Amino acid sequence: MTSYEIYIAYLTIVRKEIKRFMRIWVQTLLPPSITMVLYFIIFGNLIGSRIGQMGGFDYMQFIVPGLIMMSVITNSYGNVVSSFYSTKYQGSLEEMLVSPTPNWVILAGYVTGGVARGLAVGTIVTSLSLFFTQLEIHSLGIIVLVVLMTSILFSLGGFINAVFANSFDDIAIIPTFVLTPLTYLGGVFYSIDLLPDFWAGVSQLNPILYMVNAFRYGILGVSDIAVGYAILVISAFIVGLFSYCMYLLNTGKGIRK
Amino acid sequence: MTYALEIDQLHKAYDNGFKALNGISLQVERGDFFALLGPNGAGKSTTLGVVSSLINKTKGSVKVFGYDLDKDLSKAKCLMGVVPQEFNFNMFEQVQDVVIQQAGYYGIPRDEAKRRTQQLLQQLGLWDKRHDASRNLSGGMKRRLMIARALVHQPKLLILDEPTAGVDIELRRSMWEFLTQINEQGTTIILTTHYLEEAESLCRNIAIIDQGDIIKHSSMDELLKTINTETIVLDLHQPITQAPDVAGYRLLLVNDTHIEVTLNQGQDINRVFDVLSAAGIQVMSMRNKSNRLEELFVNLVTSNKTDLKGVSA
Repeated sequence: MTSYEIYIAYLTIVRKEIKRFMRIWVQTLLPPSITMVLYFIIFGNLIGSRIGQMGGFDYMQFIVPGLIMMSVITNSYGNVVSSFYSTKYQGSLEEMLVSPTPNWVILAGYVTGGVARGLAVGTIVTSLSLFFTQLEIHSLGIIVLVVLMTSILFSLGGFINAVFANSFDDIAIIPTFVLTPLTYLGGVFYSIDLLPDFWAGVSQLNPILYMVNAFRYGILGVSDIAVGYAILVISAFIVGLFSYCMYLLNTGKGIRK
Repeated sequence: MTYALEIDQLHKAYDNGFKALNGISLQVERGDFFALLGPNGAGKSTTLGVVSSLINKTKGSVKVFGYDLDKDLSKAKCLMGVVPQEFNFNMFEQVQDVVIQQAGYYGIPRDEAKRRTQQLLQQLGLWDKRHDASRNLSGGMKRRLMIARALVHQPKLLILDEPTAGVDIELRRSMWEFLTQINEQGTTIILTTHYLEEAESLCRNIAIIDQGDIIKHSSMDELLKTINTETIVLDLHQPITQAPDVAGYRLLLVNDTHIEVTLNQGQDINRVFDVLSAAGIQVMSMRNKSNRLEELFVNLVTSNKTDLKGVSA
């Protein structure tokens, strides 16, 4: 295939993916918006007003970046895992596998779809948060970079989950038992400065901590982790997961017989 | 000469140890209409799965118009269109989107993809359904949608795995007409089917696969010539009590209005009619007892199973 043909194949997958989550917006865009509004009301307003300051900011201001990140993470992951698994389940993945579309383009197409949904939900949640607090932008570059990298990373994670999934139950296991606990323990609701040294050290093994803190730095200008180090860790995870995805696609594991 | 498809010593063993293909070799000429026949589980779909790169082979080589799947997979894929046995499109997508997207995977620009989609859906009688969700189509329409999808990038080799399974006779005949037409325009077609009448009327060359081995590979004419006997059923106007004697022929009275005539290779049926006419027996119609290819197919597969039992005993 020429580069132009590859570009068309990539656009075809991206268009299909975006069309899919827009078509079922009641399942994809609305629920995270409602959930986050509830978080803002309950944790931000009702409970947050009694907590006082966290990391030098109002509790509401402190948790908003984490909640935005949480919605980006769950939605980019959820988009790829459900879309790629249902493509595999219905057999329509074969449409791509019999075509000359290179494997990396298939992967890039699905990841872009996941990033698009992550960004769409992130934008909606950010807009909704403005009804509850004022957000100042400390570094737009960091915000954009961290959101993009995080959604790429979790889209790749969703892809791996979908490749190994053999039933619809399998696509819920990782989000429920891994992603949600890591997100809740990733510094969304608290600063790791509050934790004893041991648990603060353990928390540093959680990749989501780096994303939440780097994003919080972009908005508030404060972070529990050095931002450069956080970006380096996220990059390393992206490279690792991308390589593994390509290995799965090239060998056909979970995809070809 | 470069073949449309050349398979050499193809082996496939699944992870559970089941050997689906035991080193089959096969050639399909350019422009051919080729039948790959075999009983259920013989290895037909596995062969086509390997050719279309949906199944990883264990050993052997596959070339499509000279392009080796191990070295030039992308070029080989561009030349193939695949219609699988199972419906494998996204059931929630519109009919036209299924075809347009497939064109996109082959790098065809969207405007051109839309033009080709319109043309194919019109040819296959699906244009009025273009905005429908594909799950709402009837079984026959879904099969035609898969054919449209497989043809949108104008492949030189079309692979059809039981394309008329579960399709009513009227629709089946219109699909035969369509496939004959595109074959005449130069597309090589490989077909698997359980309707042997379909293979006999459409295909020029044939391979029969059984238990992972090719047990016959020849032209359809040559294969049919190997039939030693043929049984014709005659429907009589009035009941009779005994079949007349015709020297050199075997006649069997099945019931009082039906006679079965067994013809040896090269024997004509005129002599039988002469005797029946002389005896005042009127024949209203005649038909083959079973499809000729079907008879041959059953004999080949049965004798292959007997041979294999002999070997393992």
